[in-house]
Amino acid sequence: MLAEPARVADAYVSLRRVGKTYASSRGPVNALVGIDLDIRPHEFVSVVGPSGCGKSTLLKLVAGLEEISSGSLLVGDAPLRGPPDGLGVVFQRDVLLDWRTILDNVLLSIELVRKPRAEERERAMALLSRFGLGGFEHRFPWELSGGMRQRASICRALLADPNLLLMDEPFGALDAMTRDDLNVELAQIWQDTRKTLLFITHSIVEAVFLSDRVVMMSRAPGMIVDTITIDLPRPRRLAVRDSAEFASYVHRIRHHFAELGIVKE
Amino acid sequence: MSALFKRVLGGDSEARDIVVVLAVSLLLWEAGVRLFQPSPLILPAPTAIVAAFMETPLLFLRHLGFTLLMTLIGFGLSVVLGVALAVGIVYSRFLERTVYTLLVALNSIPKVALAPLFVIWMGTGPQPKIAIALMLGIFPIVIDTVLGLRSVDPDMLSLARVSKASSWAVLTKIRFPCALPSLFAGMKVAISFALVGALVGEFVAGSYGIGFQILVAQGNFDTVRVFVSLLLLGIVGTILFFLVDYAERLLLPWHVSQRARHERSADRA
Repeated sequence: MLAEPARVADAYVSLRRVGKTYASSRGPVNALVGIDLDIRPHEFVSVVGPSGCGKSTLLKLVAGLEEISSGSLLVGDAPLRGPPDGLGVVFQRDVLLDWRTILDNVLLSIELVRKPRAEERERAMALLSRFGLGGFEHRFPWELSGGMRQRASICRALLADPNLLLMDEPFGALDAMTRDDLNVELAQIWQDTRKTLLFITHSIVEAVFLSDRVVMMSRAPGMIVDTITIDLPRPRRLAVRDSAEFASYVHRIRHHFAELGIVKE
Repeated sequence: MSALFKRVLGGDSEARDIVVVLAVSLLLWEAGVRLFQPSPLILPAPTAIVAAFMETPLLFLRHLGFTLLMTLIGFGLSVVLGVALAVGIVYSRFLERTVYTLLVALNSIPKVALAPLFVIWMGTGPQPKIAIALMLGIFPIVIDTVLGLRSVDPDMLSLARVSKASSWAVLTKIRFPCALPSLFAGMKVAISFALVGALVGEFVAGSYGIGFQILVAQGNFDTVRVFVSLLLLGIVGTILFFLVDYAERLLLPWHVSQRARHERSADRA
């Protein structure tokens, strides 16, 4: 039995020896094994790994949408029971409701609980125009491009000013150019708001560009194989990706994955 | 009316096609009857059918009105009860296992065969007609609405849980609007089924309605009057279907199937 690693004193999210096991017709399946992860307040942490490594499961656990099978999971110093307060989530699909305008979609999370106040409406409008969606507030989702829809879904997650933002491959379905745009916009908004952010992706470049730390996960059963601190100056512009340091971070992560037989070098 | 003429003459190809096809079939029918002179007992000409209607138009319309009323009450009840049942089935495991299974089993019985039973239970008044219309209409409503309520994206439901939405809010703000396109698909089937149900009810027992008119005309070998009734039923059935279709277009302009239509009409304009 390994000694339990020291808990980071001021961590906002803290996972200790977290395991997740699913029942299946062929017996129990381990999705995640022995996950130790601390996310400090205002930290941007990315989890990168191959498809099916359980990184989305990890996000669902932290969101309180699924229960851990073993270990402990604290959010804001309390063991997690169901979705915590002050949480925003963005999924790969924007899941906007087709019958609501963009503004009404952004207001949805409030409207599910109570009537939105006038200042919340204004806040939603301000968020939308900040993401370049000014003038599109009263359009319907199907009148917008994929990138614009995903921007709206980020506004929806940010509206309640959450403490913790979880993003599950939010740019995975977008074309490369739109994805670059949204990377820059997200880096900027994070710079301004300093949300504690857990970001799931399978793009190493995206993870390095956005994060303070990149957590690498292995193939199923999902385990953390390495954590790399990204010490690139902020604010980051796309040009940072041409720098030698950036390339060396990407190389280091890719090389490590190659050693594990997860990617070809 | 003048708008319709404008659409027909003004190059709206959909309306023009329909009118042309109908007119040509009626002309062929009329010409065929005049040419081959079949016994009027077998096939009367369209002009003879119209003449028979004009002899006693109010009588036909009164009976048609009764059948229409039975259909609409049965249809309305099947929508209300069907949606309520579907919600229960989606939200309760118990109801899903019991009611849903029972409904599917019942659906495999030819329901028209149950009509005489309803006459024994409810007599020969309007009740058995409404009940049979309801019984036929409710299946497509329940089955399609259950499907629609379940078609919500699981990520959307996760989002609702993160927002701490009540199940009532999830039902009214997410699940139900999401199920509306399926509900309308069910309603389009149900409206035709309800008309069949009302008619079967009149066939089995009763002294009123267009189904009763058909039986009386059959008893007298009055083929022309049978055809008048059939023609009226065809017209009413078509109107009912398109009324549901129109309501769908008004209520669901956001749905994929409607969007294509909007774009097509925009292209024409």
